[in-house]
Amino acid sequence: MNFLGMIGRVVLDFLAGAGRLGLFAFHALSHCLRPPYYFRHIASQAVNIGYYSLPVVGLTAVFTGAVLALQIYEGSSRFNAESAVAGIVVIGFVRELGPVLGGLMVAGRVSAAMAAEIGTMRVTEQIDALSTLSTDPFKFLIAPRLIAATLMMPCLVLIADIIGVSGSFVLSTNKLGFNPGSYLKTTFDYLEFDDVISGLVKAGVFGFFIALMGCYHGYNSKGGAQGVGVATTNAVVSASILILFSNYIVTELFFSQ
Amino acid sequence: MTGVAKISLKGVKKSFGKKVVLDGVDLEVQKGESVVVIGGSGSGKSVLIKCILGILKADAGSIAVDGQDMAALSRRQRQEVLSRFGMLFQGAALFDSLPVWENVTFGLLAQKRIRRRDARDKAMEVLQRVGLGSDVADLNPAELSGGMQKRVGLARAIAASPDIIFFDEPTTGLDPIMADVINHLIVERVKDLGATTITITHDMASVRKIADRVAMLYKGKLIWVGAKDKIDRSGNPYVDQFIHGRAEGPIRMEVLKA
Repeated sequence: MNFLGMIGRVVLDFLAGAGRLGLFAFHALSHCLRPPYYFRHIASQAVNIGYYSLPVVGLTAVFTGAVLALQIYEGSSRFNAESAVAGIVVIGFVRELGPVLGGLMVAGRVSAAMAAEIGTMRVTEQIDALSTLSTDPFKFLIAPRLIAATLMMPCLVLIADIIGVSGSFVLSTNKLGFNPGSYLKTTFDYLEFDDVISGLVKAGVFGFFIALMGCYHGYNSKGGAQGVGVATTNAVVSASILILFSNYIVTELFFSQ
Repeated sequence: MTGVAKISLKGVKKSFGKKVVLDGVDLEVQKGESVVVIGGSGSGKSVLIKCILGILKADAGSIAVDGQDMAALSRRQRQEVLSRFGMLFQGAALFDSLPVWENVTFGLLAQKRIRRRDARDKAMEVLQRVGLGSDVADLNPAELSGGMQKRVGLARAIAASPDIIFFDEPTTGLDPIMADVINHLIVERVKDLGATTITITHDMASVRKIADRVAMLYKGKLIWVGAKDKIDRSGNPYVDQFIHGRAEGPIRMEVLKA
């Protein structure tokens, strides 16, 4: 009996949480689509999310690109398909590794920062103060973050794609003995427009979830420093899971004809 | 009694889960009056104010400002009413990402009542009214002492010349002298504005300085409401225990309750 009750409680808690998150997302999204906009805040968030994430994302991309080239070269040499390295690297990177790894790195950086900042504002009553000063916290705090993250992630991923493929190019031409000209030619021959677009759409979706999770957990944090800590952890974990999950969904939508 | 009360609460109830915080609160505050709500920590004083401000939604009962039921107003009308409120938070709740002057003029800028380039001058003027010099205007709130933060919070609360101001424990965490300075400022500035105020506190020095009327909140109900000078002769054992700060009495502190 008790066991069944436990299952019931877990399911109900999960559904209640999903409902709360859904309402929060809907509310936040409706504020993103309705003016007025705080352009100064959108811009400063965009700089913070886009520009300051460049080193992290760039480093991730260059090493991943190089490793990818090494691994694929080693693997494909088992069936004499070394010439496919350039093509596989670019498709793999642009479709999957760029957006997913970039998304996960940005989730660690940005979701955590948002949850900590908004969470601290919550526990120090700054969010209540906003609404007593004729300012909607959703409009002022959450919408700019969602808009900035959704717009900046594709830009970041585009740069990551270029850096990643360059990393693989440098390694392949210097260490694996590829001809630079033919490496580039194969890269562009294999790459299709859809690959890039799907990667960038993913990046936008991931950016939205990264900001949504940071804002949601921060906004609902309670109980002082410890509560903010919990919110920060939950933001990063849930953003990462949502990234991996939505990655599957978007891939399915794009490529399963 | 002339006309409608500025703020009128009828049977306001609020619970969090099974915990009943407000259990039918009735209170009328006349225009220009200063009501102080006293009560122990965790007795729901802050919740009461947050219900009036619309930060929390009351489960039952009605809250009317100038005779208008807040629940019946459209979103825009409610915004309009809320824009005439000012609030000083317990921890000042200054925006730590903004310098002091932007904090002070935040409400005015949000309501587009002044232009950004005039905001600094306006902030200086308001800061002067709470006894702060222009040198603090460019500091970050984190660089200020507790007393100065409270003053900036007060400046922010009065900047838009609200006609209703709420003070949430204005003197908590301050030394007695600074507390008196803040109390004095509150009385002075409220007098300037002719504002109606509700203050929550458990600092009796504050009560004696600020209040016209005192209401005591206990177990979700207002168990005593009366003029300030009657508080020492209230004949209410709960009030007596509270104002004299005795551990023994009818009020049992829930120290060991989960």
